[in-house]
Amino acid sequence: MENKTSMTGASILWECLEREGVKTVFGYPGGAILPAYDALKGSKIHHILVRHEQGATHMADGYARASGKVGVAVATSGPGATNMVTGIATAMLDSSPIVCITGQVGSKLIGSDAFQETDITGVTLPITKHNYLVTHASEVARTIREAFYVARSGRPGPVLVDITKDAQQTTCDFDWEAAKPQLPGYRPDLSPERKEYEQALELIRNSKRPVILAGHGIIISGAMAEVREFAEKAGIPVALTLLGLGAFPASHPLNLGMMGMHGEAWVNHTIQEADLLLAFGMRFDDRVTGNLKTYASNAKKIHIEIDPAEINKNVKVDVPLVGDLREVLHQLLPHVETIDRSEWLDSIDQLKGDAAVRDIQNLPDSGHLYAAHVINDLWRETRDGETVVVTDVGQHQMWEAQYYKHEKARSLITSGGLGTMGFALPAAIGAKVARPEAEVWVVAGDGGFQMTLCELATIVQEKLKVNIAIINNGFLGMVRQWQEFFYERNYAATPLLNPDFAKLGEAYGIRSMTVTERSQVVPSVQAARQHDGPVLINFRVEQEDTVYPMVAAGASLHEMIRRPSKIVETADDE
Amino acid sequence: MLNTYVVYVENKPGVLTRVASLFRRRAFNIDSLTVGRTEKPEVSRMTITVDADHDQARRIEANLYKLVNVLLVENITTEPAIVRDLAMIKVAATHEARSHVLELASVFRARVVDVAPDSLTIEITGGEDKIDGLLEVLRPYGVLEMVRTGIVAMRRGKSSAPVSTTNNTDHDVAEEDVSHSV
Repeated sequence: MENKTSMTGASILWECLEREGVKTVFGYPGGAILPAYDALKGSKIHHILVRHEQGATHMADGYARASGKVGVAVATSGPGATNMVTGIATAMLDSSPIVCITGQVGSKLIGSDAFQETDITGVTLPITKHNYLVTHASEVARTIREAFYVARSGRPGPVLVDITKDAQQTTCDFDWEAAKPQLPGYRPDLSPERKEYEQALELIRNSKRPVILAGHGIIISGAMAEVREFAEKAGIPVALTLLGLGAFPASHPLNLGMMGMHGEAWVNHTIQEADLLLAFGMRFDDRVTGNLKTYASNAKKIHIEIDPAEINKNVKVDVPLVGDLREVLHQLLPHVETIDRSEWLDSIDQLKGDAAVRDIQNLPDSGHLYAAHVINDLWRETRDGETVVVTDVGQHQMWEAQYYKHEKARSLITSGGLGTMGFALPAAIGAKVARPEAEVWVVAGDGGFQMTLCELATIVQEKLKVNIAIINNGFLGMVRQWQEFFYERNYAATPLLNPDFAKLGEAYGIRSMTVTERSQVVPSVQAARQHDGPVLINFRVEQEDTVYPMVAAGASLHEMIRRPSKIVETADDE
Repeated sequence: MLNTYVVYVENKPGVLTRVASLFRRRAFNIDSLTVGRTEKPEVSRMTITVDADHDQARRIEANLYKLVNVLLVENITTEPAIVRDLAMIKVAATHEARSHVLELASVFRARVVDVAPDSLTIEITGGEDKIDGLLEVLRPYGVLEMVRTGIVAMRRGKSSAPVSTTNNTDHDVAEEDVSHSV
């Protein structure tokens, strides 16, 4: 291609997406984006037609989380664009790099309340990392390049590009080289000062009871090997956030498991008793700290974080190391000393006897089907392969986090910060598109599944092998649990009258089954894995089961609601 | 305490909204915000005063830097700086009061910019205290109307780090411009 070619804004859009490495976009056409769709025929990019624009954004998000690459969603102006809001906010809170392209009414009509006109850059201003309104074809190339650069660099996040219809239609010279990003104020690459490294090493050296708090930043930064080397060299145990699961192998002797509201008691007690917290790419969310006044009050804190605005936001830290986690760990690792911390590790081991979550494989079958059974069996069956579990939000999400042992990064995709119900099904589509060789499982509750179930049609139309496990308890389970604990069992608006999910799946042409007994779980999972198309399994589980332990909102991290009687006995843990 | 920031931003549509929205979203209360042109056409300059404690003040700075269009942020609260506010005050000034009002204006080095049969309009520039002072002594005569610009501020002596938006495609901002520790 020559340096300069005359092209329409619409053609430039697809050309730039291709040059940014985009193979697939998730979208839904409409009036203001039609010129772009018309130009799609000349592009190598595969367009996946979604059933709702929220689905497109979750798919782009799932694609990004499964692959680490930027996911792309496309929609028209007005309602198409506003339907993206939930997905954009989800990506924002979980630092997921997506680029959303929206059509906009013609530039001369902006501000006139034209048909399907919404000020989407205004609407999404607080929930995007950055956004753009493009009114000239000549701005398309630079804007797309900037959008991808901003979305994936530094702390990643969603970027929205709103392109007016005339900017898509008019023609201009296209010159990729000349359209370099011009972002004079954007500084994603920060690094700590030498003295901060020294202070951090000093704290680590003097610590007797250190804990690493492993967050999503490890996965984003690709620092899994460095974290492992750090933990092993320094002999420091690792507690993980929900989005950190997979960043450190579940089977590793130094892995404590998930911390926070539904973390095991020993994890939270360990954090409360620590004399040093090493926060790696996490942001001290209220779900992991509980009451800030009593949070790890005897511990010094080192915070390795790429976003300076996170430092001292919730928890006051002693040493901030602002920079890319992988780079920072590379600097620290040669100076980390091997110190015998067996006394500390032994004391944590003693706490582990007090577990809520056990291997339940060998429990007698009492006729009840618990969600824990389903997830534990699913883990057993799929653990050896390259499996990606995509969860929705609620009780099943916490059970997944507790009972599915994630060994690898990007093997769990879940909406953490925003807690977006309806996330799982579309995000799983994105994950499958990003990693076709992976076995992708949706684990969703009966409530959240119904928020975006229209995307079953997308799975079928695209011939995607996605397996769906609905953890169906006939309740909005997590809300019901809060009502049980904090609202005197007043189950206001939480019981669900559901459709027959198996029939629903069949209606879409998806092989479906219903499982009501524990003995059917493994055969159903095996059948799903053997079938070469998508499979939906409706697991009818115990209706009023509860996630334990639980730190009530605002309570101190060590004050946990425990399981009242032991329904599970220990078997040999794996 | 009141913190004063000088913020250089790209002169592009919507940037003021982004800055204002940031303060609203993070629940920081803006006391005053002014924006205007600089010696470079592609750069606008804001002076923002915010009530914030030490930690909040640092987070405000870090959050401002997260806005892609923000070029440079300086917290000049504790630095020697020239701080100016401008006010126009319309005072009721009948025949007998007029000379008193003129005298007060002259004491405060304010200028009379409009004279009407029953009022005077006074323009005053200075620190906020000075303007508050003039306002206080004029009040007994009857302040009919007042407008203030909000403060603009500039550090004394050395110039703020120069900011360029041209030929900076590689994001090669000098190291000393980057706020490392927050």
